Amino acid sequence: MNNNNTLSFLKKSDRTIDYDKNDRALFYYLMRVEPTVALCIACGACTATCPAGNFSSLDLHKIMLSIRRGEKVYIAKEITQCFLCGKCQLICPKNVNTRGVILQIISFLQSSQL
Amino acid sequence: MNTDIVVFGGGIAGIEAATSLHRLGYNVIIIEKETFLGGHVTLWNKLFPNNKDANEIVQQVISSLNNNITIFLATESTKIINNHNNTYTIHLNNNKIIHTKAILIATGYDVFNAKLKEEYGYGIYDNVITSDELEHILKQNKRILTKQGKEPTRIGFVHCVGSRDRKVNNIYCSKVCCVTAVKQAIEIRQKLPFSEAYCFYMDLRMYGLNFEELYNDSQEKYGVTFIRGRLSEASENIEGKIIVKVEDTLLGRPLKMTMDLLVLMVGMVPSKGTSWLIKELELNFNSGNFVSSLDEHTKSNLTNKKGVFVAGTASSPKTIDDTLADSRSAVLFIHEYLKSF
Repeated sequence: MNNNNTLSFLKKSDRTIDYDKNDRALFYYLMRVEPTVALCIACGACTATCPAGNFSSLDLHKIMLSIRRGEKVYIAKEITQCFLCGKCQLICPKNVNTRGVILQIISFLQSSQL
Repeated sequence: MNTDIVVFGGGIAGIEAATSLHRLGYNVIIIEKETFLGGHVTLWNKLFPNNKDANEIVQQVISSLNNNITIFLATESTKIINNHNNTYTIHLNNNKIIHTKAILIATGYDVFNAKLKEEYGYGIYDNVITSDELEHILKQNKRILTKQGKEPTRIGFVHCVGSRDRKVNNIYCSKVCCVTAVKQAIEIRQKLPFSEAYCFYMDLRMYGLNFEELYNDSQEKYGVTFIRGRLSEASENIEGKIIVKVEDTLLGRPLKMTMDLLVLMVGMVPSKGTSWLIKELELNFNSGNFVSSLDEHTKSNLTNKKGVFVAGTASSPKTIDDTLADSRSAVLFIHEYLKSF
């Protein structure tokens, strides 16, 4: 038992983003339907202003980066916490249509689950 | 031979200054080590940020040359003697000797030797090339191919190779590589529509007119992906592809991906001619080992030696626009100096 405990860190999953294995279909879909998604520079203004983020793990700039990296599981888990208030869109310096992006993510995830 | 001014370097900085000085009525001699005029710009394809043909700039600058300006091609200086009466005697390797009142250093830069950054594998792996080499491929309108002869589907650009790097003693920013990477990524996406382009950067410095617009275009129209993080290493797999390891610092997680072609954005270092002239004329080095100006704000073209002037990238990395403006400013300093000679 003791041995198992000391080596427990080995059981943790690899933190590395394995870019070659990730599926970036969501990014290519968004580039087609909402190309402003590409303009995000991950400045973090959306995260700072997000009311939902104050009470949950929702972090839009991380979602935006994860779209490009193909981290679909993370996005699917986090996106449900957004209540579409649109404050992120007001503050975005690059004028990314954040609400549009989020709605498109939801519709993509729903259709790909079918 | 007697002359008013000798211009070292027949790049755009040297030619622009020489023609302006000639129009002001001075005798000018240009000394160029290569067999052609125009310097680095003649080897480039399209220019940032507006996709202008580099040749157009060179032709525009060269067209104002005339027969009254003496040009020595494929010539280098072997010795310069300061006569201490405000004149200089220059010995050339074609056995000519020139007596001159003023010297303009327009000897520019060399590209950084990417082999010094061993961790990126330049000179070790076949599919790691420099931005300079990619520009020559684009200029010659050749197909972009990997060493295995296939069209690359994933191309990476590594920013700041040899710039902002204390490990190679270059603490300065080379100023043009960021926007060159954006420009080359767009060109690659235009030539190879089924490819993906990635830029690995520390900061993106889009300071110039229309640079930010080009950067926005690269993302929105061409889908170029920017990943903030400096490569820890590049390695080769059995197929000859390049595996890069980098920390995605915006997500705070390590990232690993395979590239078909890795392009190193090499910065500027003082050219051999620039370094030689600094030593020969006993000038001061600045923090980047370029020619030090007497005052970086108000006397940017003057040096610590009377009668020795500097223009273009011999004093610091510059864009083409800044180089030409700097040359014209040097001309005014020289004009004022020679007028009261």
